[in-house]
This record gives sequence, C-alpha cells and structure tokens, in this order.
Amino acid sequence: MENLLSIFVRSIFIDNMVFAFFFGMCSYIAVSKSVKTAMGLGVAVIFVMIVTVPVNYLLNVYVLSPGALAWISPEYASIDLSFLSFILFIAVIASIVQLVEMIVEKFSPSLYNQLGIFLPLIAVNCAILGGSLFMQEREYANIGEATVFALGSGIGWWLAIIGIAAIREKITYSNIPAPLRGVGITFIITGLMGIAFMTFLGIEL
Amino acid sequence: MSNKEKEPFFSAKNMKLLTSPFGANNPVTVQILGICSALAVTAKLKPALVMSLSVMVVCAFANLILSLMRNTIPSRIRIIVQLVVVAALVILVDQFLKAFVYDVSKQLSVFVGLIITNCIIMGRLEAFALNNKPWPSFLDGIGNGIGYGIILVVLGFFRELLGAGTIWGYKVIPEAVYDFGYENNGLMLLPPMALISVGIIIWIHRSRDKSLIEK
Repeated sequence: MENLLSIFVRSIFIDNMVFAFFFGMCSYIAVSKSVKTAMGLGVAVIFVMIVTVPVNYLLNVYVLSPGALAWISPEYASIDLSFLSFILFIAVIASIVQLVEMIVEKFSPSLYNQLGIFLPLIAVNCAILGGSLFMQEREYANIGEATVFALGSGIGWWLAIIGIAAIREKITYSNIPAPLRGVGITFIITGLMGIAFMTFLGIEL
Repeated sequence: MSNKEKEPFFSAKNMKLLTSPFGANNPVTVQILGICSALAVTAKLKPALVMSLSVMVVCAFANLILSLMRNTIPSRIRIIVQLVVVAALVILVDQFLKAFVYDVSKQLSVFVGLIITNCIIMGRLEAFALNNKPWPSFLDGIGNGIGYGIILVVLGFFRELLGAGTIWGYKVIPEAVYDFGYENNGLMLLPPMALISVGIIIWIHRSRDKSLIEK
C-alpha cells in the first residue's frame, strides 16, 4: 500500500509528465488558451491513460516481453517479441480511444460534447504512448502499480495544463514584448513552473 | 513513380518545399510541432543529432509511402493507417540504432518510440502528404526533418556547452577559465532550461522576422 502511494505521488509531482519529460507538449501548448478547454482535454487524458496503460501492461507481460509466451506452451519460452511493442501499443491506444469515444457518446452525451474534438486527438498525444513505454521500461511488479502510475501521470498532466491555462488567461492583459507574445512566453512560463516543480525532487518517499 | 512528372526534380517550387521549413516555416518554432522530443533529447549534442536524423528519415519515408497510398485510403481510418506505417518505420529505425549506436539508443530511451506520436510527422502527413504527389511529399518530409534538426542541434550545442563545458563529449572550455572562478551552469542540463531556451530561440527568431509575431 505504501508502495502504491509512493508511485502515485512520484508520478504526479516528481516525474511529472510535462515538467520532467515534456510529454504531450504539442497539445499542451495548443489547447491551453482557456481553462475550460484545458479542463476537457486534461480529464480526457486521465481517462484514456487509466484504460490504456493496464491493457498494455497485460499485453507486455503475456505477449511481448522475452519468454512471455511460455504460458501457451513451454516451447515458446525462447521467443522475444519486444521489438513489436511500439506497433502493438499504438494500435491498442488508437483502438481504445475509438472505443472510449463510442462508449462515451452512447452513455454520456453531455460529457461527449464537452470532450468532443479532443478525444480523437488523444491517440496521437505523446503523453499516452509515453505512459505505456515508461510502464514497460520501469517494469512495474503488478497491474495495480501500473494502474496507479497511469492515474498519477494523468493527474500530473491535468494539473500542468490547468495551471498554464489559468496563467495564460491572466497574461493576456500584460505588456509582453511583441516577439514573445503567445508561444514564446508560454515556453518560458512552463520553464519557470518546471523549476517550481523541481522543489519536489528532494522528497524521500 | 516520380519519373512520370514533367517538371524537373529540383524546380523552384520543389526547392521552396525543401527550404521553407528551415526558417520562415520551421516546424518547431513556428508550427509548434514535435516539441516533446526536441526538448528531452537536447541535453547533449550527440543524441540531439541522432534524434534529428531519425526523425528526418521517418518523416521523409512516411510522407513518401502515405503519398503513394493517398488515393486508396478511406478517410475514416486514415489515422490508424498512418500510425501503422509510421510505427513500422520507427521500429526499423529503433532496431538500426540498437545495432549500430547502442549507447545513444540507451540515452534516447523511450523517445525513439515516441517518434510515432511526434506531431511533426502526423502533422505533415495530414497537411501535406495526403494531398500531394510522392516526390514533393518526400522533399517536404526531408525539409521539415532538417528544420527540426537545426533547432535540436542549436539547443544541444548551447545546453552542452553551458551546462557541461563540453561539445560532442570533448572538453572545450580550458582549465584556466575554471581557475578564474567560472562554473558550469548545471541548470542548463535540467528540463526547465530546455523550455526557457526554446522560448529564447522563438524570441530571437521572431524579432528578426516580424511577420511571425502573433496578434
């Protein structure tokens, strides 16, 4: 239990998707003009993250990693399919995003309208694929840890995009040097936010 | 394929496709695509260069292949087709890097895989390759790959020089300078300074080219 809590806090604050690894930067910059749209995208990312990472975890353990196919028959134990992981992960993500879109449309039209255009875009958000690849690289012990990691990373990304959207709404009234307006200042503010988040680095969990 | 075209291979129009992403239409600083990898791999010059070559290769060939198939793909499933083509190319690049430059491939870690979702590639496929002939698409891919590479190399150069006092792993700042009390700025190697450096590059780029200023 303590272990899960530590993974959770780590993935939100210390290994924050945006500030430590720059995942999902493109949509982070493009969709952070207002808090409302940022909220929609952030929630959608959390949602897709906690669905795709556990599925990819199972795929990794039972199909992809070296010797994983031994559960079918011992003679397959020497097969190593890990080179296929990129294509399988992205296929799983693309199809789950499609599936989630259809389910949400059917059962909760109001949520669907809020998320709307963001859902299909999430398939190509690097935060999602990055989550799955980190899950594979860090070799979490069981599916619970992988899910908690996914939840934490999703929340970390949501926190970052809400923060920058709120700041961008405020700075529209500021006097910024003309060449820095828009994207330039967003990068610099994100950098400063990153420095602020570095204060969490010293925390021992 | 492209032999059937009547215009010469390097006509003025095609050259413009190749060179405009270097400056006025740069994928990183103007189109704001492919930021994640541009920031993450540039703490040192060597991984930055390897990464930009990989992206250039994937971008050029993905553009070429998708452009050849553009009339046969139903538009509803085009994203999945694009992802599969790009993922196959990225697997090739990944295996190649693991075989020939293993240490760099370890440093790049998950970012090679993330070329799949690099928005430069998806963006150029959607915006260009699906509506244009193979040869211009190929040039567009190379051009955007180089435009991306320029930013990566500039970032990698300055971050390595100021952060570690080395270039390509060789020491360039003489010992005497350190004796005078000069210190390497370790912050340059950390993630936040990558963001601020890109902000400064955008600042310089836009002060020189006023037409890019927003609003």
